Amino acid sequence: MPDVVFELPDDREQRVSGRAGESVMQIATAAGITGIVAECGGSAMCATCHVYVDPQWLERLSTPLANELEMLECTAAERLPNSRLSCQIKLTAELDGIAVRIPDRQQ
Amino acid sequence: MNETSQIAELDIDPYAADNLADPYPMHQRMREAGPVLRLKPYPSLVACARHEQVHAVLNDHENFISGAGVGLSNFNLEPPWRPKSLILEADPPLHTRTRAVLSRILSPKAVTQIRAVFTAEAEALLERCMAKGEIDGIHDLARRYPLKVFPDAVGVESDERENLLLYGDMVFNAMGPRNEVLARSAERMGPVTPWIMERCQRERLRPGGFGDQIYQAADAGEITHEQAPLLVRSFLSAGVDTTINGIGNALFALAQHPEEYAKLHANPALARPAFEEALRWESTAQTFFRTTGRDTMISGLPVTENTKVLCMLASANRDPRKWPDPDRFDIERRPSGHVALGSGIHGCVGQAVARLEGEVVLTALARRAKRIELVGAPTRRLNNTLRAIETLPLRLVAA
Repeated sequence: MPDVVFELPDDREQRVSGRAGESVMQIATAAGITGIVAECGGSAMCATCHVYVDPQWLERLSTPLANELEMLECTAAERLPNSRLSCQIKLTAELDGIAVRIPDRQQ
Repeated sequence: MNETSQIAELDIDPYAADNLADPYPMHQRMREAGPVLRLKPYPSLVACARHEQVHAVLNDHENFISGAGVGLSNFNLEPPWRPKSLILEADPPLHTRTRAVLSRILSPKAVTQIRAVFTAEAEALLERCMAKGEIDGIHDLARRYPLKVFPDAVGVESDERENLLLYGDMVFNAMGPRNEVLARSAERMGPVTPWIMERCQRERLRPGGFGDQIYQAADAGEITHEQAPLLVRSFLSAGVDTTINGIGNALFALAQHPEEYAKLHANPALARPAFEEALRWESTAQTFFRTTGRDTMISGLPVTENTKVLCMLASANRDPRKWPDPDRFDIERRPSGHVALGSGIHGCVGQAVARLEGEVVLTALARRAKRIELVGAPTRRLNNTLRAIETLPLRLVAA
């Protein structure tokens, strides 16, 4: 049961256990974390599950595909070098403890 | 068929008039019968009615292809009624190229550019509706709005746009069987196909609109100039009848649930989630098909190559395995993961535009009307794929 640590816009931290194979977005929405909107449901089509990945975890993720890069151009909060769509981050045992910060807005 | 002996069979015709008129009891029977089903009247297909399997099929484009058509007809066995769509009825690598162009033109960022115009049109239309007081929610609002703003954004001329309704009706009927519903749709359509293709030519499109941007992508070498008109056609097939019924179904849902409408009126910022919930609760596109590209499995049950797979989107969206209290219309639900706009690489490419239209119409309504009341029985327009209303008599009570 790998964990994800969400750093919320009000600086609180919320640690949530997920299952390998689930996306960070799915874990967030199942836990009722409202800062992840995920309108499109995980198809990389809406840019409303934007997160900032803790830089020490960033390099362990696979590089974004073209459709994710296109959507990262569309984020409501500023796009930073560690911006990713949480629907495209699939949890694995190696990612246990991954920390992501949730931006102050998604739309 | 020995290898499919574990798959339950039901004697159900999803395209029978009574099931089209009220699909929900059928959905429940299909979900209860198993993760994968056979339907006696259609031996060429298997059906999935639960969320888990529908979502899995839509997200596995390697095993479940679109190039053999996304309706009942199998293009490997019979020719399509029109030249195949280069995005809807295509697989990678062709789909990857065309999809990239359409995704960019319709991206959330591009949609911020049209928000002001779409909002102003919604506000003006709702002013007119409020002045009338009693309206036909379909004719005066749900149909009028997308038919104005979306072809305008594509850059299509403003005359004879009712043809787009006839064409959309036919496109979605043609995804079902050759039944009475389809025959009547084909009769009504007449010579609309050449009309549509003329409107897709570059010289007929407003420079800078979505349609013209397709031709610019062809100029840039991303797609060919031969592909451009067919991609413009995709805007016109998929972008009008869908949002009309999305808005119409949302109005009907809100009219049937005054307590939910009261929440929306009190807080018009709920317009966008309310539209989303309406998509889940009364899904515009009820069904889509895939075709197995090879022998494969769904939930451990074997399905042979070249089998049509019926994905019951609207049923998945009310699956109690996925949604608590699924039949309840709750505008504060966060129905992320519904499949009303599909899922995976073929998920609706225009979904940012669709949501914008729903949001600004419901916002404009919520600000002006404190109540919306049904003042007569609505009538349905039966379509093999779409959940559609023909007339929706409403009274709008000013705030």
